[in-house]
Amino acid sequence: MELILALDPTVVEITARSLAIAVTSTVIAAILTVPLGGLIHFHNFKGKRAVVNLIQTLYSLPTVTVGLVVFLLLSRSGPFGSLGLLFTPGGMVIGQTILISPIMTGLTIAALSGVGPAVRDTAVSLGASKFQAIFTIMIEARAAMLAAVLLGFGRALSEVGVAMMIGGNIRGYTRVLTTAIALETSRGDIEFSMALGIILISISLIVNLLVNRVQGNWWA
Amino acid sequence: MKGRYLGISGLALILVLLCTSAAAADDEAEEGQKELLRISTTTSLYDTLLLDEMEEIFEGMYDVDVRTVSGGTGIAIERAVRGDADLILVHDVVRERKFIDDGYGLSRTCFAYNYFIIVGPEDDPAGITGMSPSEAMKTIMDEGTENPDLVKFVSRGDDSGTHAREKILWDRAGLDYEEVATSDNTWYVEAGQGMGPTLRMTNEMVGYTLCDTSTFAAYRSELDLVPLIEEGDVLLNVYAAIPVSPAAYPDTNCEMARNFVNYLVSDEGQDLIAEYGTETIGKPLFNPARGNCDLIGCTGDECALQLADDYCSLAEA
Repeated sequence: MELILALDPTVVEITARSLAIAVTSTVIAAILTVPLGGLIHFHNFKGKRAVVNLIQTLYSLPTVTVGLVVFLLLSRSGPFGSLGLLFTPGGMVIGQTILISPIMTGLTIAALSGVGPAVRDTAVSLGASKFQAIFTIMIEARAAMLAAVLLGFGRALSEVGVAMMIGGNIRGYTRVLTTAIALETSRGDIEFSMALGIILISISLIVNLLVNRVQGNWWA
Repeated sequence: MKGRYLGISGLALILVLLCTSAAAADDEAEEGQKELLRISTTTSLYDTLLLDEMEEIFEGMYDVDVRTVSGGTGIAIERAVRGDADLILVHDVVRERKFIDDGYGLSRTCFAYNYFIIVGPEDDPAGITGMSPSEAMKTIMDEGTENPDLVKFVSRGDDSGTHAREKILWDRAGLDYEEVATSDNTWYVEAGQGMGPTLRMTNEMVGYTLCDTSTFAAYRSELDLVPLIEEGDVLLNVYAAIPVSPAAYPDTNCEMARNFVNYLVSDEGQDLIAEYGTETIGKPLFNPARGNCDLIGCTGDECALQLADDYCSLAEA
């Protein structure tokens, strides 16, 4: 507890790195998946159901599997080895982006589906073009879409498989909250692990409260 | 409404999980009142699969279920301190003595040894081949400071026995570990992981690291690294077994821990250690302590000797 209260520089540094990497992954994933989700939702094409099903299956993509695949891709003997991204924060961002993209895409689609057809009809009847109608629906669904993004952020922040396998838990470089907890536990320093665990839970709690608040406004 | 529905299904899920785990526990109990021996071991004995083989033989000798958890020496000892193990198999004499002095461990029995080696890329960019361990460490630091992109040292950084030895090596080289392991030194990489992942990371970074011969042999086929420094007294690595004291934890299975130690130092156990690995990699991975006690600095009671029948009852008193 003293570690948190005294704002131990190591703890602060690890926490800041965790947040920075998870935020970067989430922003990149959001830029990719929100339009992708919209594209899938607003277009009817053959096999749409199958695509949506596939995305939903990938919600529970195991973090260690993503870690393993990205490790093989970025390894010195892998196809992208020359980029030198293995054991760097950049590599971790790639892994986490892959990890959280399915759930963010899927929940974006769900968010858009949650907007009743009445909204679209109203917009069109008021003389809206196709793009204006899409825009209106996206505005209506903004809260649920933000919740999707925050959920992705929560997953990126709390996962350990990618962080350990791609980041490598290097002190002062790729060590984040989750890998630090794993390390301190294996060191036998349970108290320090608990302090880091409390920080992680607190951040998750804040994110969760944000999700609830955002959704609360939406229902109101 | 939706939230409540989710809450109910969540509760239902938890109930189902509880029921299944309770059922699983019942199944285990029905298997008979087998005794349980909990071993907390260092990774090298586990990763080389030596302990797996010993466990199997030991379970054939006694009606016992051996459960092994592996980790660095730091956590291996910590588990025993918390009462989560009956026996520890570790390799860091300083912390072993502390474990016993603190009243958690009974006595130290050396049963095997091997050596630490400094491994690195074949072309050896720092040019340490042929040096003494101390010279090598000093040279890696000098060359690494000069050329951090070319020369890197990957440290376990996890308070394991290997990490403890690395600190001793820096010390012998006349360097202050605290100054070596600062984040300003980009050539010094703290992996904070087990030996296997650390070897892989070293391989990827084309760097140097400290490793025990047994784990290196087990991973060698996956790596481009080669042993560069193999000689020096400071590289000796001794494995010891310490039963947890019944005085500290009355429910510890001291008798079975004693049996396991006695198996380790028996002719059968020592023979297995002496030849283990010959089949798979062509040479033994570990050396038996038997007959080498002076060489490995395990004198008197610590030498690979059988523990007496009243070992545990004496400890309880």
